[in-house]
Amino acid sequence: MNNIAIKVKNLSKQYRIGEQQTKYRTIRETLTDAVQAPFRRIGKILQGHAYGAADMDETIWALKDVSFEVKRGEVVGIIGRNGAGKSTLLKMLSRITEPTEGMAEIHGRVGSLLEVGTGFHPELTGRENIFLNGAILGMKKKEMVRKFDEMVSFAEIEKFIDTPVKFYSSGMYVRLAFAVAAHLEPEILLVDEVLAVGDAEFQKKCLGKMGDVAKGGRTVLFVSHNMLSLKNLCNKGVLLHSGRVVMENNIDAVISKYLDKDIKHAGETSWSSPEIAPGDDRVKLKAVRVISEGNVTGEVDISKDFWIEIDYWNLEPNKQRMVFIHIHNSMGIWIISSGNLASLTLNKDPWSYRPYPEGVFRTACKIPGCLLNDGHYNISVYIAGSGMSNVIIAKKDVLSFSVLDTGLMREEYTGAWPTVIRPRLEWGTEQLSSK
Amino acid sequence: MITLLKKTNNEEPKASEVLIIRPSRGWRHINLNEIWRYRELLYFLAWRDIKVRYKQTVLGAAWAIIQPFFTMIIFSIFFGKLAKIPSDGVPYPIFAYAALVPWTFFANGLMESTNSLVTSANLIRKIYFPRLVLPIAAVISGIVDFILAFVVLLGMMLFYGIMPTANIVWLPFLLLLALTASLGVGMWLTAMNVQFRDVRYVVPFLVQVWLFATPIAYPSSLLVEPWRTFYGLNPMVGVVEGFRWALLGTDTTPGGAIFVSTFMAIMLFVSGMFYFRRMERTFADVV
Repeated sequence: MNNIAIKVKNLSKQYRIGEQQTKYRTIRETLTDAVQAPFRRIGKILQGHAYGAADMDETIWALKDVSFEVKRGEVVGIIGRNGAGKSTLLKMLSRITEPTEGMAEIHGRVGSLLEVGTGFHPELTGRENIFLNGAILGMKKKEMVRKFDEMVSFAEIEKFIDTPVKFYSSGMYVRLAFAVAAHLEPEILLVDEVLAVGDAEFQKKCLGKMGDVAKGGRTVLFVSHNMLSLKNLCNKGVLLHSGRVVMENNIDAVISKYLDKDIKHAGETSWSSPEIAPGDDRVKLKAVRVISEGNVTGEVDISKDFWIEIDYWNLEPNKQRMVFIHIHNSMGIWIISSGNLASLTLNKDPWSYRPYPEGVFRTACKIPGCLLNDGHYNISVYIAGSGMSNVIIAKKDVLSFSVLDTGLMREEYTGAWPTVIRPRLEWGTEQLSSK
Repeated sequence: MITLLKKTNNEEPKASEVLIIRPSRGWRHINLNEIWRYRELLYFLAWRDIKVRYKQTVLGAAWAIIQPFFTMIIFSIFFGKLAKIPSDGVPYPIFAYAALVPWTFFANGLMESTNSLVTSANLIRKIYFPRLVLPIAAVISGIVDFILAFVVLLGMMLFYGIMPTANIVWLPFLLLLALTASLGVGMWLTAMNVQFRDVRYVVPFLVQVWLFATPIAYPSSLLVEPWRTFYGLNPMVGVVEGFRWALLGTDTTPGGAIFVSTFMAIMLFVSGMFYFRRMERTFADVV
């Protein structure tokens, strides 16, 4: 009997740059676009900008000549940086988008989970959404009726099952969405980074459920940035880098290759003009960089202070802006969340709570030396209007950097430092009494 | 393109199923089998559309009646009373309303299905299913509105003392004809709408022009043969005149026009389906 579940051969996907940008648009953007597009386009023409097919001709290979095999019952982690092609691979295997070249063979019924809560409608009740979402994910009605009680109790929303989900807290919403997804029972499951939702306790529950799925002999392809859960769930790993397979091996080997790989960090991510930058008509992100000792660098000395600078265009006058950063380490653990709100900062940012005129702004945050452990880190940047819920730009993992161990704290102790942070702290000993 | 190499007779796909994923080129065949397997999704999407439409509006289901009914009143005043347009021997209000009921179904189905792909962009980007399900569900969800408006039509017939003719048995066929035409045009437009968002601005205009190109405010008996048969090239001509003939017993026996209309509706439907399937592979990347 053939025990191959997935066989991928020379799978490639080419995007036109223009397409890839629209690919990441949200529904809201699409809707506002529909209203604003003609005016904006006319505006662009009046300002003398080219805004047409001509500058969309460039193409990129999101995935190129990817080949690998997955045996029945294997749980495979797909690892790689942002833009390595992980999601594109899952999208092709789940038939959402077609490959440009190559082929894949899938033996068995596929269920894919690229997002939790796809198709949830805010006006419908929890009960109605369970059935709708289940049908979208490919469940049969009979199956849903049978598992209904189980899903509701998994989501812990028994009391609110007949309330429209627009009244749910975000936690309840995510729990319900995941509960439906967790009860899918295909032979082959494709999962994108969907576990990074909900509170820590619920995440644990979801991981447990995923573990059951994996142990139940099902084939799973799992994309995650969380190295811990990959380590726990998977037995095999595929490492992608710029659309190509770098390594296919057992999960521990692949993770250490991924973490150790000497990837030169540029120290800066920038956009040359607002047309191509992330954001909308209110704010556009211009650049994010790491500055240490006056230079842009991707590698900072563990003992030295460094700055994270965020440059942005403010396009809407007389509105307040707030800037936030998140820092995750390479295991996917969230280390820092900070922003330039008065109560979160040591000093007062002179521009916080002030209306911004139009123009280019730079917000910088100082990270003290002797705080982070050595290793690789990812910075995510968020820019909001007045009110924290009003997030305009959310750019996850926009820039990465490394903290280098320079030996400052290595005079007496030279062993492994397995902690998340490595602060240098104040200590003191007093003699309280003598003999 | 995706082909199911081995398929069991059972509807539930079994482990023996092998999926081959590879790039497709040119025209693709229409996989009706697959749409049939996704019929539950079709049902739930149509059900969602109906539910949400009635939940989100203050007057809810009343809109299904208000829209054609008020149009009928306006037509009766301006075309019936002031312009004195003939109405094939039946009172003008019911003459107009009997046409407006299938027309409203057609026009709403056309608009809803045109928008169906773009409004479900998130679904298309995140999950696989035969995309044809979206415009089909959008048109089918209009049947509930049609039934509500139709009940009012029966009430009006009672009021005017008009007994339906035996030809009423043809109504399901006529409704199916309206559905086929609506979905046919809808499939063309929604696939185009993904590529060119301008389509959505064209549709309201198209519907308005089409309304006056269809014998709703006036009878097609104003035309003489052979022009009347040519008029059937607009598939809604056959539907509207058929409704009046079957319900009100007007002297608009479906002759050549209905055959031309049926032929046109099928042409639109089949070509729309093929065009949709051809464009389908790009939807997730562009929508």
